Amino acid sequence: MLGVVRKKMLGQSLLKIRPAVSMLRSYSSAAKQMTVRDALNSALDEEMSADQKVFLMGEEVGEYQGAYKISKGLLEKYGPERVLDTPITEAGFAGIAVGAAYHGLKPVVEFMTFNFSMQAIDHIINSAAKSNYMSAGQMSVPIVFRGPNGAAAGVGAQHSQCYAAWYASCPGLKVLTPYSSEDARGLLKAAIRDPDPVVFLENELLYGESFSVSDEVLDSSFCLPIGKAKIERVGRDVTITAFSKMVGHALKAAEILEKDGIDAEVINLRSIRPLDRSTINASVRKTNRLITVEEGFPQHGVGAEICASVVEESFAYLDAPVERIAGADVPMPYAANLERLAVPQVEDIVRAVKRACYRSVPLAAAA
Amino acid sequence: MALSYLRSSSSRSVNLLKPLSSSLPLRRPISTDTTPITVETSVPFTSHQCDAPSCSVETNPKELLTFFRDMALMRRMEIAADSLYKAKLIRGFCHLYDGQEAVAVGMEAAITKKDCIITAYRDHCTFIGRGGTLLEVFAELMGRQAGCSKGKGGSMHFYKKDSNFYGGHGIVGAQVPLGCGLAFAQKYSKDETVTFALYGDGAANQGQLFEALNISALWDLPAILVCENNHYGMGTAEWRAAKSPAYYKRGDYVPGLKVDGMDALAVKQACKFAKEHALKNGPIILEMDTYRYHGHSMSDPGSTYRTRDEISGVRQERDPIERIRKLILSHDLATEKELKDIEKEVRKEVDDTITQAKESPMPEPSELFTNVYAKGLGVESFGADRKEVRATLP
Repeated sequence: MLGVVRKKMLGQSLLKIRPAVSMLRSYSSAAKQMTVRDALNSALDEEMSADQKVFLMGEEVGEYQGAYKISKGLLEKYGPERVLDTPITEAGFAGIAVGAAYHGLKPVVEFMTFNFSMQAIDHIINSAAKSNYMSAGQMSVPIVFRGPNGAAAGVGAQHSQCYAAWYASCPGLKVLTPYSSEDARGLLKAAIRDPDPVVFLENELLYGESFSVSDEVLDSSFCLPIGKAKIERVGRDVTITAFSKMVGHALKAAEILEKDGIDAEVINLRSIRPLDRSTINASVRKTNRLITVEEGFPQHGVGAEICASVVEESFAYLDAPVERIAGADVPMPYAANLERLAVPQVEDIVRAVKRACYRSVPLAAAA
Repeated sequence: MALSYLRSSSSRSVNLLKPLSSSLPLRRPISTDTTPITVETSVPFTSHQCDAPSCSVETNPKELLTFFRDMALMRRMEIAADSLYKAKLIRGFCHLYDGQEAVAVGMEAAITKKDCIITAYRDHCTFIGRGGTLLEVFAELMGRQAGCSKGKGGSMHFYKKDSNFYGGHGIVGAQVPLGCGLAFAQKYSKDETVTFALYGDGAANQGQLFEALNISALWDLPAILVCENNHYGMGTAEWRAAKSPAYYKRGDYVPGLKVDGMDALAVKQACKFAKEHALKNGPIILEMDTYRYHGHSMSDPGSTYRTRDEISGVRQERDPIERIRKLILSHDLATEKELKDIEKEVRKEVDDTITQAKESPMPEPSELFTNVYAKGLGVESFGADRKEVRATLP
């Protein structure tokens, strides 16, 4: 650990002298770029290599190399006994995977999107999440359900729902939402190693995005703790919580707000269940204002839970009502302009922050 | 019948005298006698896409006596559970298995504890068959600490992982894909063991069953799907629920066998056959023609959709315990009195265990928050009033 810190400091001083990335490749502390797709692929590869019990199952994960190429190369490397193409039968194969987990294997089940997980939701909730409790500890279920969640681009109402709030309401499940490549690697590895059922909500639009990753992140032993949020941007004036793709939006909003003299703290939740209430509350106690951002439907959403938590724990610290930015309360439309109105945009976050800072008056009040 | 016994008992001890009667002071050591006996099942097997096994079943006195005792125990246990439920000591759901005991004991006789069994919610006797104790059953039913799930599961959630019994499931049909998953894991680990996934005639129409069967056949999983056809899915007779109630044929490309589920020896033969098949050729379906005396659950009298004549008819003609009793008596393996003594013993054992179970305390309030996760990560959980009751999950 100390060695990494020392290397990082050395690397930073070298960066000032020689900015060319290629020359720094020999210095192990130079940050590499990695797409979320590659991050997930490498995490799966490393965990399958480390533990024979880990196997991957899902539609098109094998010969097709993965519907979104997340499992590229894995069939060739691990063979058809450990990378299994399933028929289009989510209830059946999710149940089979849970049964395999009962017997001690460590399945990673891919849903082509989490919209299809609804066909298997009984197994996720009743067969996986509740088993350890109902059996008083006899039947632990070390399974990971992963796949893209939330809106993509132009895929319409049946293929765009965000399931974070639904799954995160269920005790016995752990629900993770990576944003960056570091998140993707660290959280997927943690999920696979965890003895409990984990719902791992990725985002299709993030798969191709590149993030810089340190050597520590690239190491095969890298792992992030489950249940801990990350403060992506430290700030003083307002707390913005977000997860998955919305973290990017929140960071962009923070840049815009900086020009207006508002210093926003952006929290990347990383874990929806367990929710890192202490990090969120500590931040709100510092900034006194809170905006929650999510892509999913607003009613009974993640933001509603965060708002309730802050009202319960830190009411005296709030200087303004909590603001929620969420997906529109409608099924996802197809037309590009309507779709844009149905999903949070950066300007929505900026506007909400300004309201919380009393820098603007909402439309309804002005009328 | 006594003749056949004589023929096979050439190496038996000194005490053999013919004809034997209970007035003799010397008793044969029957309970350890493993001299083979061959019995013909009364109902032949019907097969689909495979050759039926022989109707000649190998057994021995020890096995038959064990069948008798185990089934008598299960029968008494279920009847006692009925009384406890009516006395409001058991709450919620209670689905009783009396009438179907032959399936549980016959299956166990054909397999080992390394083979897996998974079933739905009518699981009390299956649990006993897998080595669960009476105390664990009654304590769990009454929601006490000594229960197999420490009182947190209830009637539908019995598990015994160390003898590969995977429950105990409340969602109709869910246990079938789960069972195919157990078979997947057995094949993955090259265990040379099989899984028996039990389901009822009601569950036989579930889509997920066919999804799991398709995958099992594609991947050659050692999965044996056992339809315990007691002819009623809750209050709905099989002919009202299934267009084709030939459940052993419903696998289409998967072979099937129809078995007299009230005959423990037929069940044993079928399960033995199925295990051999599954290890070599992948999934197979067994349809056990059986019957439950009780209604679907304790809230169902069981007589609004069936006639009392039908129920008593089955009891007269096909009761599994009576069958074994007749077999034992006709082979002179025990006397009527000895069998009655066994039943008395069993009754006492059940009554004593109930007394013991009643003394087991209810779980500590802190148990509300245990086992939510296998690895709780020190996360907080809440009671109904979160300002009053919070806990850190271990």
